[in-house]
Amino acid sequence: MYMKTLIKSGVAVIALLAAGPVAADEDADLIINDEIEITVRAEAPAHVDGLRTIYSGWVFRADETQALQMDDFENPAMLFADEAREKWTRVEGSAEKSCADCHGEPESLADARGTYPKWNDQAQEVRTLAMQVNGCRTEQMGAEAWKYDSAELLNMEALLSSVARGNPVNVAIDGPVAATFELGKEIYYSRFGQLDLSCANCHEENYGNNIRADHLSQGQINGFPTYRLKNARLNGAQTRFRGCIRDTRAETYAVGSEEFIALELYVASRGNGLSVEGPSVRN
Amino acid sequence: MKRILTAGAVSFLSTVAATAEVLPEDIVFGEYGEVEVSLSGVAGDPVSGEALMVARGKGNCLACHQVTALEQHPFHGEVGPSLDGVADRWSEAELRGIVVNAKMTYEGTVMPAFYKVSGFYRPGDAYTGKAAVMPLSPLLTAQEIEDIVAYLLTLSD
Ligand code: HEC
Ligand code: HEC
Ligand code: HEC
Repeated sequence: MYMKTLIKSGVAVIALLAAGPVAADEDADLIINDEIEITVRAEAPAHVDGLRTIYSGWVFRADETQALQMDDFENPAMLFADEAREKWTRVEGSAEKSCADCHGEPESLADARGTYPKWNDQAQEVRTLAMQVNGCRTEQMGAEAWKYDSAELLNMEALLSSVARGNPVNVAIDGPVAATFELGKEIYYSRFGQLDLSCANCHEENYGNNIRADHLSQGQINGFPTYRLKNARLNGAQTRFRGCIRDTRAETYAVGSEEFIALELYVASRGNGLSVEGPSVRN
Repeated sequence: MKRILTAGAVSFLSTVAATAEVLPEDIVFGEYGEVEVSLSGVAGDPVSGEALMVARGKGNCLACHQVTALEQHPFHGEVGPSLDGVADRWSEAELRGIVVNAKMTYEGTVMPAFYKVSGFYRPGDAYTGKAAVMPLSPLLTAQEIEDIVAYLLTLSD
């Protein structure tokens, strides 16, 4: 948090302007299509000791990146949601069903995104939204599961997020998911790899600061899947976790692993109170 | 003046410990995390040190620190304090200790240890995300640390 003290001295501000990347407007508000109001800052949930206010990653992005997300015609991620909308009515698998046969319009699942990962009683397991979609494919449709963080699955998650935008993130952390929550929390605060850094070192202690050219956010996942300008495609939360752990010179976990499911639940719950915002645009 | 003294001390050392490099496991820290003895026994080169501070695959100190003298290199981080005037705040031994393993000076700091090879959780094979191939190499070599310390000693107000 050196910046927070340094910024008061004009010297640091000049240094930042001279050397730093494009500044973000951290006070901006997000309204999508002049219609959907997104909560991008909120009081931190009681179970997050290290933060007073939680912020969407959108807040920390450059003005131009922020703007892309304010209009669905400019948001490249919406093209992928549209692809999934076409698949929504496509019959697949031995039961000869489409998603639409059981769920009607995708909008009928608007309450889902903000509550995942969550406990599934029938399967007796914690499910991410991706796992639930695959659960429907294998158990309800007799179709093959999509690969974790594959294009098909991310497109469908983008669609399910897009219809949920503006709804609060509200992930349960107790009851049958309590142990998963604790595992996720432990991973979040563990220092990984030869650089010996935890998620919290960067995203809790240093959000708002630059690390070289990157402006650190709180690493929230209310905006996932995210379209990254860097790789011009949709990115899943767990693939992002993987990249962050790899960058500490550590051995990562696999996408879809028990550890990453737990981390996803924990990180999602740190955003309780923000709005579902995906599919979002990031750099 | 300071520099001449340092150089004198180093050449004295290098005659004593000709090629004996201090290995990461053999480092002796003082009470406040300082490291008195040169790691390589060869005087540090501040020009090389400057390049190592900037290089992303090496020290990448600019990831977290602002340094006015390195303003020509873009993107200085804000995670740690500015290193301007750092030679006025710390002795050579203290600076060496901070670069070797800053946790010995600042408990729990986010600054990585640049000359340490054990005690990590799930160390990786560089930036591949795969498990490390043992034994680990330190992030910087003994001479690279000395070069960086020599550069830091030029940062006085
Ligand atoms: C044969 C009927 C059927 C089909 C086809 C089907 N589902 Fe489901 N889906 C269900 C049932 C039943 C549930 C709730 C039970 C459960 O939790 O498994 C459900 C639950 C869900 C949920 C979780 C809702 C919530 O609020 O927790 C999502 C998301 C979902 N389905 C998406 C899909 C998608 C996407 C497809 C197409 C790939 C699909 N479903 C196909 C029957 C179906
Ligand atoms: C060395 C610092 C560092 C560490 C450690 C780190 N990250 Fe990140 N992370 C970044 C940077 C830089 C970005 C890109 C800018 C941003 O959004 O913060 C990022 C982005 C993210 C994002 C995307 C946020 C968005 O809005 O799109 C998520 C999610 C994330 N990190 C989660 C994690 C998790 C979980 C961990 C621990 C397993 C972790 N990070 C560890 C540096 C780090
Ligand atoms: C991941 C971020 C990070 C990196 C990379 C990093 N440092 Fe640091 N450094 C810090 C922090 C944070 C502090 C302040 C110590 C504390 O309070 O935790 C610090 C403190 C220092 C200090 C003491 C500064 C003072 O003014 O008292 C020196 C000297 C220093 N670092 C040198 C370096 C050098 C040289 C490198 C590259 C080889 C480097 N650092 C890389 C984060 C970093």
